[in-house]
Amino acid sequence: MQFPIYLDYSATTPVDPLVAKKMAECLTLESNFGNPASRSHMFGWKAEEAVETARRQVADVLNCDPREIVWTSGATEADNLAIKGAAHFYNKKGKHIITSKIEHKAVLDSCRQLEREGYEVTYLDPSEAGFITPQAVAAAIRPDTILVSLMHVNNEIGVINDIEAIGKVTREHKVIFHVDAAQSVGKQEIDMESMQVDLMSLTAHKVYGPKGIGALYVRRKPRVRIEPQMHGGGHERGMRSGTLATHQIVGMGEAYRLAKENMVEENARILALRTRLLAGFKGMEEVYVNGDVDNRVAGNLNISFNFVEGESLMMALRDLAVSSGSACTSASLEPSYVLRAIGLNDELAHSSLRISIGRFTTEEEIDYSIEKIKEAVTKLRELSPLWDMFKDGVDLDQVKWAAH
Amino acid sequence: MAYSDKVLDHYENPRNVGKMDDNDINVGTGMVGAPACGDVMRLQIKVSDDGVIEDAKFKTYGCGSAIASSSLLTEWVKGRTLEEATQIKNQDIVDELGLPPVKIHCSVLAEDAIKAAIEDVKRKRDSK
Repeated sequence: MQFPIYLDYSATTPVDPLVAKKMAECLTLESNFGNPASRSHMFGWKAEEAVETARRQVADVLNCDPREIVWTSGATEADNLAIKGAAHFYNKKGKHIITSKIEHKAVLDSCRQLEREGYEVTYLDPSEAGFITPQAVAAAIRPDTILVSLMHVNNEIGVINDIEAIGKVTREHKVIFHVDAAQSVGKQEIDMESMQVDLMSLTAHKVYGPKGIGALYVRRKPRVRIEPQMHGGGHERGMRSGTLATHQIVGMGEAYRLAKENMVEENARILALRTRLLAGFKGMEEVYVNGDVDNRVAGNLNISFNFVEGESLMMALRDLAVSSGSACTSASLEPSYVLRAIGLNDELAHSSLRISIGRFTTEEEIDYSIEKIKEAVTKLRELSPLWDMFKDGVDLDQVKWAAH
Repeated sequence: MAYSDKVLDHYENPRNVGKMDDNDINVGTGMVGAPACGDVMRLQIKVSDDGVIEDAKFKTYGCGSAIASSSLLTEWVKGRTLEEATQIKNQDIVDELGLPPVKIHCSVLAEDAIKAAIEDVKRKRDSK
């Protein structure tokens, strides 16, 4: 085993060696280094061909037309382009947007910006299991609603929204539907034939591709329009200017090809590992899985060990690369807004770990992690006055704490 | 976040972990912080008749720096008089452990905890 063990695949993934090989073929003088926009010579044509192959590979994952794929620098840019781009284009129709409280910051902050510009945003509450229901969306739609933006899979708790059902609602009301799918590619089936999604944000680095590249799916039928946010040479049919990064795009294409090819098999293997991990904590007291257990992507386990603070837990787990919803691990000193929004109290939010399993995780690593986590939780509970009180039968909710 | 060696040492080998009998008149308990804020410290001291802290115990729910701050404090107060113990300032803890600005509140909490424990034992004795 190599230490530390990487269990943070929801944060990012290593580039698959097959992907890295393809990317390296698009850099130097001897290889495919040309500008895909150069129309006058072979170097440009070759680069353009590589970019279009990658575009097809990405479109294949979505079951859509390659012309519906617009390259961006990542999902954050795609979210910005989709939300601000659609809002700006359709502002004559209305200025109301619907999203949820557990979206990624790229979506929430884009919405905040639009609020400053005079738009109105409704932030839906998720259910305790972490879902946004089609009913909740339908209830929030107003005559002036122009856009609904929701994520397919949540980055912290891994739960899967029913995009197909929500898409029916938005289409029926003729509202643009944007979906952030950064966490779902390669983990969940995506089909633009059956999903009535108008805009979808994608990224490469969560699926064993490189960082710094992503895409926005923009539906052609019925046609969706967006205002560009980046102006320049008119690349990507005017929607996103900037010289295309051939090596990055080729890397994303290859990563998506592999994701499609291996999805079923890979998810089964990863799910078995997660089941093994969760089973390893059986018998421990006061352990809670955050978010729906069944309807979540295979690689995600978000779990709280009550009466143990997340940062100190991670300190004990220096052999493991995991993340926590604890305030102490964030710059803002606030516990995870996602966990708070699904109704966790502060204690449980502070006590949470997100363990995400991926392509290169082994059974041996899982077994080692179980032992390490159990050991650390036991040690820290011995140190915890809250655990003492719990064991003495004190109801912690009834204690008057001196807040500070 | 990178931790100083001293924080790591206290975290790995916390000193004086434990619980004393709160009903003992010579024991003072200071419990500060709140679970909602991510840290709760319980610091207890046992004081001799002539006002010297004979023993100190702690338990802390919180980050590594909070654990280290309370562990260090138990080491420091042992053998000191109550008067001397009140002189300990949070900045002393910050300096000793090399706490970064974002962790200064852990040292403040530790200072609050020892003060609360001293108050507690004084109050108990006065009401005897």
